Amino acid sequence: MEKYFLDVAHMLAGGLVLVSFMLLYQDRMYGLLNVFALHAVVLSASVAWQAHIQGAPHLYLTATIALVLKGIIIPVALHRVVARLGIQRTIETVVGIGPTMLAGMGLVALSMVVMLKATATADPLAREDLAFALSVVLLGLMMMVTRRNAVSQVVGFMSLENGLILAATGAKGMPLVVEISVAFSVLVAFIVIGVFLFRIRDRFDTVDVQALDDFRGERR
Amino acid sequence: MDLIISLAVQGVQVVLVLTLAPLLLGFTRKVKARLLLRQGPPLLQPYRDLLRLIRKEVVLADNASWLFRTGPYMVFSATWVAAALVPTFATGLYFSWTADLIAITALVGSARFFLALLGMDVGTSFGGIGSSREMMFASLAEPAMIMIAFSVALVVGSTQLSAIAQFMLASGSLRVSLGLALAALVIVALAENARIPVDNPATHLELTMVHEAMVLEYSGRHLAVLELAAALKLLLYISLIGCIFVPWGLAQPGDDLVAYAVGLSTYLGKLAAGGFLLVFIETSIAKMRVFRVPDFLGIALMLGLLATLLRFVSRSF
Repeated sequence: MEKYFLDVAHMLAGGLVLVSFMLLYQDRMYGLLNVFALHAVVLSASVAWQAHIQGAPHLYLTATIALVLKGIIIPVALHRVVARLGIQRTIETVVGIGPTMLAGMGLVALSMVVMLKATATADPLAREDLAFALSVVLLGLMMMVTRRNAVSQVVGFMSLENGLILAATGAKGMPLVVEISVAFSVLVAFIVIGVFLFRIRDRFDTVDVQALDDFRGERR
Repeated sequence: MDLIISLAVQGVQVVLVLTLAPLLLGFTRKVKARLLLRQGPPLLQPYRDLLRLIRKEVVLADNASWLFRTGPYMVFSATWVAAALVPTFATGLYFSWTADLIAITALVGSARFFLALLGMDVGTSFGGIGSSREMMFASLAEPAMIMIAFSVALVVGSTQLSAIAQFMLASGSLRVSLGLALAALVIVALAENARIPVDNPATHLELTMVHEAMVLEYSGRHLAVLELAAALKLLLYISLIGCIFVPWGLAQPGDDLVAYAVGLSTYLGKLAAGGFLLVFIETSIAKMRVFRVPDFLGIALMLGLLATLLRFVSRSF
């Protein structure tokens, strides 16, 4: 039974990387939000499994927070935001999906190389989990860079944060207070971003952040 | 005596794939109709269709070359050999040393090559469109298939299907790269068999069809042979997934009759489960635009690449 512990942990962490790629591939707004909810569910399963194999009951709490907050509340809220903003349903990307996917592959390879070099002496489970977590973080960053729509940038930010939680739970002995404060700072960030989205829309009649770049002060 | 028995088992497998292929097609059609709340054709309808087509007269275009007449048999034989090589109910069959993932990919690839030639032979525009689309998809699906073969071979240390199945049975652990390879193989299988997100097997709408466009000019026994080849290809991919990723129940060489019977019944179960999952995927998603298909297949390629990459991080086995 013991030998399955690491394998399942691996499968779940690898699954999170896979769902990150699915986020990059989505080109519809509601599809993106559903995949983001799936991202949170996979993360929560992964954290719960870590809680099981590390014998750390407080990680179950982290898993529950991830599931409720990011698997249910934030996707539902984003659904409402998208419906209220009335923005177009397709996502405009800066570069095409193909090149984005290839760049994502490059990032995964990069994080593997960096992590394996940097943590050569660490525990193998933690080290591979860290490699996966770094990939998720980098993919989330890339999603923020390659999307024009502010809502999909928010999703990129949240998936990046999921990667951080994966890294934190892979390392043993992470205090609970840190995780809770991270979770709530993400919630606060979500509220701020939500307000911000409506402000952008009010001013520019769009949530395409290109409009912010083109803006050159108040026109009179 | 051993030689006779092993030849006989191999012969059973060769005949089995041929007889089961139309049944699998009929099963998927029936389940699909039931999921859409329709009655659907009876399970044995594909056999009747094939018999009827064989009895019918062949209509040839005036400018059809010799390739047009011999090609269907080439497609059929390449696909049949490939399907007969995959271990279905038992590993270590007499010809199992030839049952290599790369060899099977090559056989399927040559069948596709002939099919594309046949589509263009008479010079109608539909056939040409079908062939060019098929080749466009193949240019991504085949590298993806090769990447899958590589990642499986890196884990197992062999590309021979019997060895792979035995390794999977013996080690029985989960690996990330194998999971990714499975996802990639499912996408490749959907594309290769012209199933729904890529092509619709049940339509003759000219803007969407790929496989049907290539065989549009065929009739009579040639069409029967091509249809049977398509059914065999579907069976081939489901058996391939079953053999690599769910090898439980496969009979080992030297087992008694009971083990073979168990292998056969689990194989039938795997086919039914595979067919049901296929239909479930088909009914739950819509067909893609042709120009999105390269993205979809690109994902398979990417997953294959990722699987190979991850093999290097995973714990050393």
